[in-house]
Amino acid sequence: MSIAITTQFICFTVLSLVILIGALGVVLLESIVYSAFLLGGVFMSVAGLYLLLNASFVAAAQVLVYVGAVNVLIIFAIMLVNKKEDLKPINDIKSRRIISTSICLTLLSLLIRVDLTNIWSLSSPQNSIGEDSTIRIGEHLFSDYLLPFEVASVLLLMAMIGAIVLARRDVMNKDISTGLPVDQELIEKSSEPLLTNKN
Amino acid sequence: MEYGLDLEYSFNEFLKGFGLSSEIAHIIWLPLPMLLVLVAAVVGVLVTVWLERKISAAAQQRIGPEYAGALGVLQPIADGLKLLVKEDIIPAKADGILFTAGPILVLVPVILSWLIVPFGQNLLISNVGIGIFLWIALSSIQPIGLLMSGYASNNKYSLLGGLRAAAQSISYEIPLALSVLAIVLMTNSLSTIDIVNQQSGAGILSWNIWRQPVGFIVFWICALAECERLPFDLPEAEEELVAGYQTEYAGMKFALFYLGSYINLILSALLVSILYLGGWGFPIPVELIAKFLNLPINAPFIQVFTASIGIIMTVLKAYLLVFIAILLRWTTPRVRIDQLLDLGWKFLLPISLANLLVTAGLKLAFPQFFGG
Repeated sequence: MSIAITTQFICFTVLSLVILIGALGVVLLESIVYSAFLLGGVFMSVAGLYLLLNASFVAAAQVLVYVGAVNVLIIFAIMLVNKKEDLKPINDIKSRRIISTSICLTLLSLLIRVDLTNIWSLSSPQNSIGEDSTIRIGEHLFSDYLLPFEVASVLLLMAMIGAIVLARRDVMNKDISTGLPVDQELIEKSSEPLLTNKN
Repeated sequence: MEYGLDLEYSFNEFLKGFGLSSEIAHIIWLPLPMLLVLVAAVVGVLVTVWLERKISAAAQQRIGPEYAGALGVLQPIADGLKLLVKEDIIPAKADGILFTAGPILVLVPVILSWLIVPFGQNLLISNVGIGIFLWIALSSIQPIGLLMSGYASNNKYSLLGGLRAAAQSISYEIPLALSVLAIVLMTNSLSTIDIVNQQSGAGILSWNIWRQPVGFIVFWICALAECERLPFDLPEAEEELVAGYQTEYAGMKFALFYLGSYINLILSALLVSILYLGGWGFPIPVELIAKFLNLPINAPFIQVFTASIGIIMTVLKAYLLVFIAILLRWTTPRVRIDQLLDLGWKFLLPISLANLLVTAGLKLAFPQFFGG
């Protein structure tokens, strides 16, 4: 085995282990903050896997979008709304666990079946484009994938407008959907000084 | 344009002369440029800290450090040693793991970004195809480290500082990336080497600053904001937040933040000089000088001369920008948080979008000047 292949193998093993353990940690850990940070670690390792596959642009985009934007926003939300809340005990937890475990196991067996039956290797390895992938992605985004690309941007715009409407309800006195006056109790008034009217 | 010293090739050939295989030679070569760049970054920080102390003293009509070495040049080393031997405290109610991981997450992406900083045609660690995009992606990891240390300190000032830092770096990353995009549009490449080569046609006249004046200013403001330098140092505003996310840190962990912020400042200055000021290019093209002296461009003497001129020019331009940053820090007041966000979202973002549009239009209208 040459040195390059050995290095690649070691990197792949480490990255896969980090992804597996990190993903389990995201689901199983009690503390939501740890889960969020572990999620960032999992995203980073996925970017590492892309790097191993010579897709450096996709790896950098993965870091920029998932770590730099999605994960930071998740952590932001957790830190702004960090409520200590005791969860209510759920009745018949045992049967629920059995059902969810069986569903997950069925899904897992399906995925294993997919992995074993599908032929993953490329027909000709010479077709891998490596560093040119940036140009190819750009060409595809502006030709045959133009419509999905634009629709995704419209979706993001809608999400942004929705977030603004939800965040700035104090601007509107009436609820948009029902037409009833908005319940002012729900709105946090940050403009009012906190230390007045306390006596 | 493929001339200049190729140290890697020469080194590998040298080792092969001892009968080593090319793979082993490559492995021996690999850590050398990394170590060199790491040492260069740390020395750069020491110089910057000394400059900061001296220039701030001059701005306030003091003398500044004087007794440690000539003109106080050893003062930053004394500072570093002090931080090294200080007790490493983790507050009792802090979250130990996250508290330790935070500074590391802040420092590592900054150092990794040095991967793409070229000091000459072949004088960089790796000419990766995604070049400048790698830096943008890596710098987006930093807010996570800041949020982590802000949260783990279990202190309201730290948390507020961390949140502010993350909000600031997210909102200034967008105009930053857009102004880089305008440069990339003119270069047709993301690689830092290509970006510099594109500016090397006619010396100082072909530098990007003349073709991208708006982009240059937007990039510089955003880079200062990303480094949390003074007009934008809200995350650690002393009067409001004690020291922001650094409040609970001491010893080596504080030193990591300190080092990170200065390495980031030098990195930003280097990137401004690469993107807008011609990188390693001399104001007069080296080819012209060689022709004037009647020397072939491939002569060993000329190659060593070009390489050293390249390194000197890159460092000189970067330190000129660092000087401007230091001067700004000690002469301008801090902006408020609402002014900061207004500047980012309502001024820099639209202006950099317009800059991108104008650049694309000019590229199509005058392909000979704006890269066809």
